[in-house]
Amino acid sequence: MSTSEESLITTEVSSERTGRSDRPDATVLAARDLDVYYGDDRALASVDVEIPEHKVTAIIGPSGCGKSTFLRCINRMNDQIAVCRVDGDLSFHGKNVYDDDVDPVALRRRVGMVFQKPNPFPKSIYDNVAYGLRIQGFDGDMDARVEEALRGAALWGEVKDQLDSSGLDLSGGQQQRLCIARAIAPDPEVILMDEPTSALDPVAASKIEDLIDELAEQYTVVIVTHNMQQAARISDKTAVFLTGGKLVEFDDTAKVFENPDEPRVEEYITGKFG
Amino acid sequence: MSDSPDSKRRADGGTATERTRGEELFADIDLRREHLKNRAFLGLIFAASMFGVVALALLLLDVVTDFYVGLTEFEISLVQFLTADGSRRPERAGFFGAIIASVMLMALTAVLSFFVGVGAAIYLEEYAPNNRITRLIKANLSNLAGVPSIVYGLLVLAALVNGIGVGPILLAGSVALALLVMPIIIVSAQEAIRAVPDGVRNGSYATGATKWQTIRQVVLPSAMPGILTGTILALARAIGETAPLLMIGALFVNRTPFGPFDRFSGMPTQIYAWAAEPSQHFIHLAAVGIVVLLTILLSMNAVAVYLRNKYETAV
Repeated sequence: MSTSEESLITTEVSSERTGRSDRPDATVLAARDLDVYYGDDRALASVDVEIPEHKVTAIIGPSGCGKSTFLRCINRMNDQIAVCRVDGDLSFHGKNVYDDDVDPVALRRRVGMVFQKPNPFPKSIYDNVAYGLRIQGFDGDMDARVEEALRGAALWGEVKDQLDSSGLDLSGGQQQRLCIARAIAPDPEVILMDEPTSALDPVAASKIEDLIDELAEQYTVVIVTHNMQQAARISDKTAVFLTGGKLVEFDDTAKVFENPDEPRVEEYITGKFG
Repeated sequence: MSDSPDSKRRADGGTATERTRGEELFADIDLRREHLKNRAFLGLIFAASMFGVVALALLLLDVVTDFYVGLTEFEISLVQFLTADGSRRPERAGFFGAIIASVMLMALTAVLSFFVGVGAAIYLEEYAPNNRITRLIKANLSNLAGVPSIVYGLLVLAALVNGIGVGPILLAGSVALALLVMPIIIVSAQEAIRAVPDGVRNGSYATGATKWQTIRQVVLPSAMPGILTGTILALARAIGETAPLLMIGALFVNRTPFGPFDRFSGMPTQIYAWAAEPSQHFIHLAAVGIVVLLTILLSMNAVAVYLRNKYETAV
């Protein structure tokens, strides 16, 4: 298989992004031999991956390959699904999050999440952002933290005069940025994003993409996406899942898109398969 | 001559076709019977839907006529009616004690049934595992809602009034009514809780909220309009209930109750007692009482409708 040096798809792979962190890659999340079952169906098969700190890690793959399942394992949202069973190790700073002494609620306060469909609470914009801090018993300067989170989500300028109006009155793209503000307000370490732009129009999606780029300076971002151009544009590392819940390739994004080890990954990326 | 109308039409082209009458063009299709059936069925279902409305109108007309006759011929003063206690003498009898008794009944019933009912609904929707016992409880809730109200009266009579021996007091009456409306409150609260989208719940869990925080801060506020609507409608049903109150013996009391341990006669039982009197004056007092009861009932329903409309777009 002859692979040229140029990218397989027409997009500038993030060469300028490699210098984001001067530190050597510190691993925040690591999966080792991770299996997930829904009843008798195996959704993830022996996944091994190490997600570096303060980087954007994209997870791509065809529908039903287990991308979202993997993401939801990280903050144990799969606990909500009765038939879901997890085997193997998924460690956060070296601690297996599935150990008996890990409280999933505490874990989720360190690992925030943004969903595919914007899901603001039927509350005011302010209360949406303040929600995480309130439930965690924060009693400092709430106004400042809300403003900071809204600025961080690039929404402050648009909503600063209507903080008391309902979060549901915003447009889809604004709602999604509100959800990002809600996720970052309690200042977690990791932000998980499950296809955050797939329900949005292209303009709103590109705003979110710019935002993800900025978020990576403070947070470790793990993003599931269907959109390979998006993965190439915004991520530092890319994990490719293929059918059967197998992680077939995990490497620097440039390497994965320009010169993947696996022929099947190249076929998938160029659209011949999947 | 072979110049049939058909060939002429063809020769003239489009203009002739346009001028053709619809009846001629579709002369071979006979739809009269089908249209007749349509109209007959429409008439039938319209009559069915009007039946309830007409029955209600006739009922109201009858009551309002008696109400009017009561005010004019028997010179029942509305002010006195609303402020005086009951009495054996019709010209001195009023509805005040019964109204106060019913208001206190409603308040106690609401307190007794709301928290237990909403609590049960939260458990069944948010916590209960999906097993046989849960399914049994859920299935039996609708059975409970269908139990005749007099049975609840019988239960309270046996357990409280005679069993513990509290007598026919207001608290016993509200226990009977609370048992009666609890299944309705549970079912409507369940529906309201189920209508809260899962995405919102997940958003709360993912922000690091516990289950109770999620229920308290996100689920209940979203579901509350629906829960309140169901509760008000259930209480509106309770306020008109007569059978359970008769069963526990809440009758023939003319004084205004001052607390939950007083004997009482609510609005429906007072109306029942008056209507059973031979004197025409008492019967017209009953009609005035019915108008007062209906007014309160319809106002409660109006509040429920208002709440539902106000919040139905909120989620």
